Amino acid sequence: MAKNQKAFPVQPFKDKDFALRFFKLMTRTRALEEKLIKMSKSSDGFFWIGGPGEEAFQVALGLQVDKGEGIEHDMLHLHYRSNGCVLSMGEPSINFIRQMRSVETDPYSGGRNFAAHVSKKEWNVVPITSTIETQFSVAPGTARAQWRAHKEGKKAGISIVLGGDAGTAEGDFATCLIWSSRPNEELPLLMIVTNNQFGISTPASTQHGEKNIADRGKAFGIKTGLADGNNPEKIWSALRDALEYVRESRKPYLLEVSVSRLNGHSSSSGANRVDGEEDCLETFQKKLEKLGWITAAEADKLHEEAVAEMNEGHEQARKENYPSADSIFDHVFAPKKTE
Amino acid sequence: MANLAQAVRLALHYGETHLGVTDIFGEDVGPPLEGVFTCTQGLKKTWNSPLDERGIIGTAMGLALAGQKPVAEIQFCDYIFNTIDLLKLAGNSYWSSNGQWNMPMVVMTPHGAGIHGSLYHSHSFDAWATRLAGWKIVIPSNARDAYGLMLSAIEEPNPVLYLIPKALLRAKGEELIPGEPENDADLRKMIDAPVMGSEARKTWQAQWPAVEYAPIPIGKAKIVREGSDAAVITYSRHVHMAREVANELAAEGKGEIRVIDLRSLHPYDWECISQAVKDTGGKVLFVNEDTEVTNFAEHLLRRTIEEHFYELRSRPRACLAKHLPGVGLSPTLEEATVPQKSDIKRELEAMLDERF
Repeated sequence: MAKNQKAFPVQPFKDKDFALRFFKLMTRTRALEEKLIKMSKSSDGFFWIGGPGEEAFQVALGLQVDKGEGIEHDMLHLHYRSNGCVLSMGEPSINFIRQMRSVETDPYSGGRNFAAHVSKKEWNVVPITSTIETQFSVAPGTARAQWRAHKEGKKAGISIVLGGDAGTAEGDFATCLIWSSRPNEELPLLMIVTNNQFGISTPASTQHGEKNIADRGKAFGIKTGLADGNNPEKIWSALRDALEYVRESRKPYLLEVSVSRLNGHSSSSGANRVDGEEDCLETFQKKLEKLGWITAAEADKLHEEAVAEMNEGHEQARKENYPSADSIFDHVFAPKKTE
Repeated sequence: MANLAQAVRLALHYGETHLGVTDIFGEDVGPPLEGVFTCTQGLKKTWNSPLDERGIIGTAMGLALAGQKPVAEIQFCDYIFNTIDLLKLAGNSYWSSNGQWNMPMVVMTPHGAGIHGSLYHSHSFDAWATRLAGWKIVIPSNARDAYGLMLSAIEEPNPVLYLIPKALLRAKGEELIPGEPENDADLRKMIDAPVMGSEARKTWQAQWPAVEYAPIPIGKAKIVREGSDAAVITYSRHVHMAREVANELAAEGKGEIRVIDLRSLHPYDWECISQAVKDTGGKVLFVNEDTEVTNFAEHLLRRTIEEHFYELRSRPRACLAKHLPGVGLSPTLEEATVPQKSDIKRELEAMLDERF
């Protein structure tokens, strides 16, 4: 068992306290996304993009990463549906709201970038980009640094890169497969593809001939896996196994996770709730109710508390200033240490 | 005197032994070839990458984010174009993260025509590069500057594009790199690898001279020839052409031409340019071999006009490559496309003759 798994029960979802903690994080993530959507629709922010429908997966990932700064911890190349992951790592919800409102207190970009474009150096969350899949070209670099450190007998985490199914059509995905599996220099890199079956409005079935995206890893000798991202228990186990494999073998792993996309692609598609997609939060609530671990009223109360938390954050963010115009020239170049 | 390729090699050696360079990589950068232009022979931190420019730039970015100090090579700048979005990300990482994630990486790549390299070994990237905000861009014209600018690039906490004039890679310097042996043959024996495939190459190791810490600051131009009748503001291989033309014009009694080697395109030395405009009454000629439409020189011309309009006694000019889809292979085509000595001389003579 990898060291950081010791923080959790051996069978986490047979543990009531853990299951309820997980459910609460999913609920807060959903409430956060709903708040951000409302802000974008009420001119209290601009473009929205996020991950309603990915809560089970994102929370499972956020809880299992080795959080910290520097290559001895995990390096995270996330994408713009990862709010739940970062929230589960312990990030205050108000910071996501600040970025949506583009105020100067936005800790990720100082009011410069879209919502869900997190950047947090003290936790190795490298800047999330709007460019699709470029993180798959960058991740081999951090993984190489960790590969070298481990070879030299130093403590080293792994790199985790995350993107959607449509982005795997970009050359960067092939880059990642090739660069992470170079003979005798395989990299400690977990590649995760969340498959929601769409690229904005285009169904994957009209563009992709491969049965599973994960199969593409097999040609490179990369261990692969498929997981149900709507089932907290299954995705937890799949991530635990994949993370453990990469941490111990120091080799790459490609995990394809099926997820729902409950509010479409982004503001560009209206951000309205869509029909016909499984809602992992509802499914999990029903399961917990069946186990007798929560009642509908208790779940409603958790949701109300989460909404209140987001409202409180929103009220605070509304009092905060937009960045000053002359701040555009800040941080173009990093100063030399001696300067 | 070291040639420019040897100077790059010496600088990278100094970088990997004194300045913390962790990776020197790209296509054919490591053994057995160690650089198509020999720039990476004998180094310890080199490795070969897949033939994938996006992977090279992306991996350099990842290494930089992980606190390493990479020097990546794109074998010819003609092949860097499919990495533009990654270059933009490298340039905006520090800014977009509000000062959290800087990107200390060097990308070196040969640029320019002059070796009859046809469409895809003659490109220039300098004008394109100057649109990449967040990058520092250097471009040496001689071995001593190549050495010093590489040391500065390695020490930068920001991404630096190091453009190498490929036509000058075998050109010997005129100034000794501190610590370099005075005799060319001695240097060759120490750091030039035997022919690839030979028995000697299999066991060869470089014997590095004790080169010294001698950086050239980024952003500082160099006046390579004094004069105040007119000035040429240029960089890379056109520094040498301009100086030859200036010497010819002086010998012909037509005037004394100042020649400025910018060395850095961003940040650039406006103070030096501005002084040349003042001293010559605006008789300044900007020369480079990138294509003329939206060329970096046009930006310098705009500043010259906007900031010095009432001091101009002549119209400032630019001598640039023709706006064509490529550089043709035949010498007649290449010479008609990128500025030659004759073009520079024609422009300068017209400028010297101009009277208001």
